[in-house]
Amino acid sequence: MANFYTDTPQFRHYLNHPLMKRIVELKERNYTDKHTYDYAPMDFEDAMDSYDKILEVVGEICGDIIEPNAETVDHSGPTVADGRVTYASPTQENLDALNKAELMGMAFPRRFGGLNFPMVPYMISADIVSRADASFQNIWMLQDCGETIYEFASDEQKNEYLPRVARGETMSMDLTEPDAGSDLQAVMLKASYNEKEGQWYLNGVKRFITNGDADIHLVLARSEEGTKDARGLSMYVYDKNSGGVTVRRIENKMGIKGAPTCELVFKNAKAELVGSRRMGLIKYVMSLMNGARLGIMAQSVGISEAACREAYDYALERRQFGKAIIEMPPVFEMLANMRAKTDASRAILYETCRFVDMYKILEDISRERKLTPEERDEMKYYSRLADAFTPLGKGMTSEYANQNAYDAIQIHGGSGYMKDYKCERLYRDARITNIYEGTTQLQVVAAIRHVTTGTYLNRIREYEAMPVLPELEPLKRTLSKMAQMYEKLAEIVTAPKDEEYLDFHARRLVESAGHVIMGHLLLQDANKEPEMFRRSAEVYIHYGQVEVVKNYNFVTKSRIEDLGYYKPVLSE
Amino acid sequence: MTFNIIVLAKQVPDTRNVGKDAMKADGTVNRGALPAIFNPEDLNALEQALGIKDQYPGTKITVLTMGPARAAEILREGLFRGADDGVLLTDRAFAGADTLATSYALAMAVKKIGDFDIIISGRQAIDGDTAQVGPQVAEKLGIPQVTYAEAIESIDRKRARVKRRLENGVEVVESPLPLLVTVNGSARTCRPRNAKFLQKYKHAKTVTERQVENLDYIDLYSSRPYLNLTEWSVADVNADPVQCGLSGSPTKVKKIENVVFQAKESKRLTDDDTELEDLIKELIANHTIG
Repeated sequence: MANFYTDTPQFRHYLNHPLMKRIVELKERNYTDKHTYDYAPMDFEDAMDSYDKILEVVGEICGDIIEPNAETVDHSGPTVADGRVTYASPTQENLDALNKAELMGMAFPRRFGGLNFPMVPYMISADIVSRADASFQNIWMLQDCGETIYEFASDEQKNEYLPRVARGETMSMDLTEPDAGSDLQAVMLKASYNEKEGQWYLNGVKRFITNGDADIHLVLARSEEGTKDARGLSMYVYDKNSGGVTVRRIENKMGIKGAPTCELVFKNAKAELVGSRRMGLIKYVMSLMNGARLGIMAQSVGISEAACREAYDYALERRQFGKAIIEMPPVFEMLANMRAKTDASRAILYETCRFVDMYKILEDISRERKLTPEERDEMKYYSRLADAFTPLGKGMTSEYANQNAYDAIQIHGGSGYMKDYKCERLYRDARITNIYEGTTQLQVVAAIRHVTTGTYLNRIREYEAMPVLPELEPLKRTLSKMAQMYEKLAEIVTAPKDEEYLDFHARRLVESAGHVIMGHLLLQDANKEPEMFRRSAEVYIHYGQVEVVKNYNFVTKSRIEDLGYYKPVLSE
Repeated sequence: MTFNIIVLAKQVPDTRNVGKDAMKADGTVNRGALPAIFNPEDLNALEQALGIKDQYPGTKITVLTMGPARAAEILREGLFRGADDGVLLTDRAFAGADTLATSYALAMAVKKIGDFDIIISGRQAIDGDTAQVGPQVAEKLGIPQVTYAEAIESIDRKRARVKRRLENGVEVVESPLPLLVTVNGSARTCRPRNAKFLQKYKHAKTVTERQVENLDYIDLYSSRPYLNLTEWSVADVNADPVQCGLSGSPTKVKKIENVVFQAKESKRLTDDDTELEDLIKELIANHTIG
């Protein structure tokens, strides 16, 4: 009887952000679909009402089906036999429910069977699903691969694959290989073209493939024989109906146990080229990864939310020394920090979604007509922000999911260490979020150029120009001091023009930017809905300030030469 | 092969999460304090109908309900899950109906709908728990009935095979069509609302609901006929007003009491097997179980 959408008022707050009016207008092309589809919105209010109602359905399915199934899914997990994967039966039940509700191609245009959801409501769904079962979110979110097909594949391929995904066929993105993890340039899976048949064939092995026995796969493969770098890689779509791929084994993982992680063997598997040759990694995977990172941000936020709730409920109920432990300062401090980090994570998730929405939709429109110069500028502006916020948000939210899951166990004490409590699963599930789709360290690599080129600082200036209620002014002043420190820090670290020195402090810089930005986002939220966000804004900004000072001190209280003490001593 | 199915559904106060103010001082249900929901077993009934429609596309499902104007919500809930049509039976003259008057009104509405192969309803509603309306409708229509169904296992033009969940076992029966089936809560849970149907039918309204000032999307109701939900009065279904509502209800409520369940005597057992066995024997002997 639980509804994971309506029990979290923050969702409606983000759904009703002022920028949504423009996002929905663009996404719906001024509501022209209503002439063709009986389920298309009449106008902005109608579209918003539909998002809200559909999210209620998502919330109900998550509360009534997916969450109650999660423990069994975690314990039984998928199995593999004769090269094929079978989901745990409750996982299948989850899929069936979402399928019957037609929630499988949420973001696809209606002509491909989708609901044409913008990123914001789509990621709210992902956020809710993750809170219910993070491992199931992996399987469900892989519908995102459809986005890559939509953007880069031929019309024929779009017409073939997208409606199938909308009808419930699952997807996977087959990138990683035994020797190509973070470094995808090393991908070796071979794609060869048979001229006579006019057919591509794939041969080789992929490893750590989430949902690897999916119906439709996107596969990164080496199409240019003899090449060794990114420019020799192309993207393919493989249809399970054609055969040629078997699952050799599934990994026994620490967490997200409901999602099968597969080792795949490609033996003369027929596949179709997507887009242009040689663009596989350079263009398509980069786009795919950005979408996937947003998905992991949502997963992180969902796990954080679940951790907060578990810890809160337990602290309220558990009595020691004659009172509920929630009344004890060390416990309520942890809980307040958890809530603040969760709210801050959600704030940057939906801010990033809005940026992605704005630029992706404009980019999509540019395929239909020429953009006006203003629209082109708008697209560039938001594209840059999306590019800057995606790695920053992925890094920050996934680290917080880990911290929150850790604290949830701490609040449970010894009980939390037992398998009997949900917080134990959350802890294991959270652990992957700051690893896959690029480790936090790699998010920092992607984010650091927005420190050095000033994207973050420019955005911070824009936040600083936004007015707030008089009672929130002190918070704003604190943020302004934090921004000054961050700016100074960036100057100090970039001044020597030493790449290693910059890399060494990069995370400190990126995280400092994160604290300022997430603080501002919560401040804006608190400005609109003080009841809902004031506490988190206060707690988070306080926390962030201390972190920024700590980073500042670390940098200023050490010398560039000190790097030597950290370097490994490698013996011959 | 397609079928015409009528699903009987009722909007009920949600008595499953009863709070302090659920009952009025006089012992009657405080409907204002409880959210109005689709009677749970009627949702099980709807799911059985949808299952048939999944198997035989083109099958038409009509949800029929009796109640005040706001009961139209039940019809929309049905449409959101895959029903094709909805009929609201509403009239002041229907008010105060007991199960006899209700089944009379529903039977008259079914006659007005006309063509049907199977009527499916929940076993009972959570507000009254009588389990009488379904069987009485079947009697009034002179058709066979299968009660306590858990699944309609198969159906063809002539007959349906139904699994019944009874107190001490399972029974599979066959019946000729047309037929009325009442479904238990142990049957398959109803599917969630479908995102596309939700958007398609969310503006569906009855005549009464459309009579508001500044009705949104007013033009839609002429261009999309399916958004006009059918609303029938006593006269529309050619019912005898005397047999409807309070006047058609021989049931008179004598007294309503608040009952608090509490243990009169209690026993503590250890986890010893023989003590447990003795208890079971004792309960069987005094007919508490078995």
